[in-house]
Amino acid sequence: MAKPVGIYVKPGSSKENKTGSWRTERPIFKHDTCTDCRICVMVCPDGAVFGSNYIYDPDYDYCKGCGICAQECPVDDIEMVPEVR
Amino acid sequence: MNNQESNTKPKERKRKEKPPVEESLLAMGHRACTGCGEALGAKLVMDVAGPKTYVATATGCLEVFSTPFPESAWRMPWIHSLFENSAAVAAGIEAGLIAQGRDKDVNVIAQGGDGGTADIGIGCLSGMLERGHNVLYVCYDNEAYMNTGVQRSGLTPFDARTTTSPYGKKSWGNKTEKKNLPGIVAAHNIPYVATASVGYPFDLQRKVKKALSIKGPKFIQIHVPCPLGWVYPAHLTVEIAKLAILTGLIPIYEMEYGELTRSRKIGKNRKPVEEYLKLQGRFKHLFSGKPEAEEELEKIRQIAEKNIKKFGLA
Repeated sequence: MAKPVGIYVKPGSSKENKTGSWRTERPIFKHDTCTDCRICVMVCPDGAVFGSNYIYDPDYDYCKGCGICAQECPVDDIEMVPEVR
Repeated sequence: MNNQESNTKPKERKRKEKPPVEESLLAMGHRACTGCGEALGAKLVMDVAGPKTYVATATGCLEVFSTPFPESAWRMPWIHSLFENSAAVAAGIEAGLIAQGRDKDVNVIAQGGDGGTADIGIGCLSGMLERGHNVLYVCYDNEAYMNTGVQRSGLTPFDARTTTSPYGKKSWGNKTEKKNLPGIVAAHNIPYVATASVGYPFDLQRKVKKALSIKGPKFIQIHVPCPLGWVYPAHLTVEIAKLAILTGLIPIYEMEYGELTRSRKIGKNRKPVEEYLKLQGRFKHLFSGKPEAEEELEKIRQIAEKNIKKFGLA
């Protein structure tokens, strides 16, 4: 029988790597003027914004702090603050 | 929106509640740079394609950042081919599925960067299109070989500075214009060719959905900004992608059987090309104030003008 060629890994296993430590700026979702448009969910390159019904928050374990959500939010409900550890 | 509507608090408005956000099919924790346009593009495509999708990916940034051993960010069957043959591998997967009778309700996607598609993999891509496999090819166009350190590719735009097309006394950056890759692909007379951009994610997802509903070879080229190679702050990724379209430098359109069927009109929202170029470090030399720089800018304006005329964007 032919031996399998190549390497197999579990799907979605990259979640073991917490990229939140890369962050220099932290997005704060203020939940004041949110219109539930979900543009922040759509434009996050890491798919790290979760929530429902006007309450959305990033997963700080994985958010790299790029700030695209804050830039694109049509009602300026997201603020970038320096990350302090 | 009228005044009355904007005065009411958004939370009091009656609306159908959307289901909670689900985890993306491109899992978190991948090693893409902060603000990566390609990761954003791949996430948007995969979320439409769904879990019943076989994906073949060419070598490039996308493969490197998503699968550092022993991990994988893909939550679907995924295979890494060589640099040049992701289209051929996907064609093989499709042929295998048909032979086993498992080709119902599944999608096969081949993907690659601009180098892997327009330069190195164009032979295999052409073969896949010619044989008529039921495969969607997605090209993530970040306009240079970003993974190996920003070398120019066939899709690098005119006058862009890369490490192999530097700005200097006798050079204004890349000497050639962007290759018309969608045109080359459309010349194969395939059912669906489209260009899209991460600046318009809803439009992008609509195009992927439409492509997957068509039987036969399909091609989508997605314009994805790269903060590292284009030299701009990471939070501007989507902004720059939008400006590329609004200046006319990147036309987004759809073609069916080689005929232009739909294009995104710019109309009154048209912006001068400088607004797009100024934000990026790779075009910095064009704003040095020298008289030759103005000539080069005029050439770029001509490119935008040509695109607007050709695809009827006005």
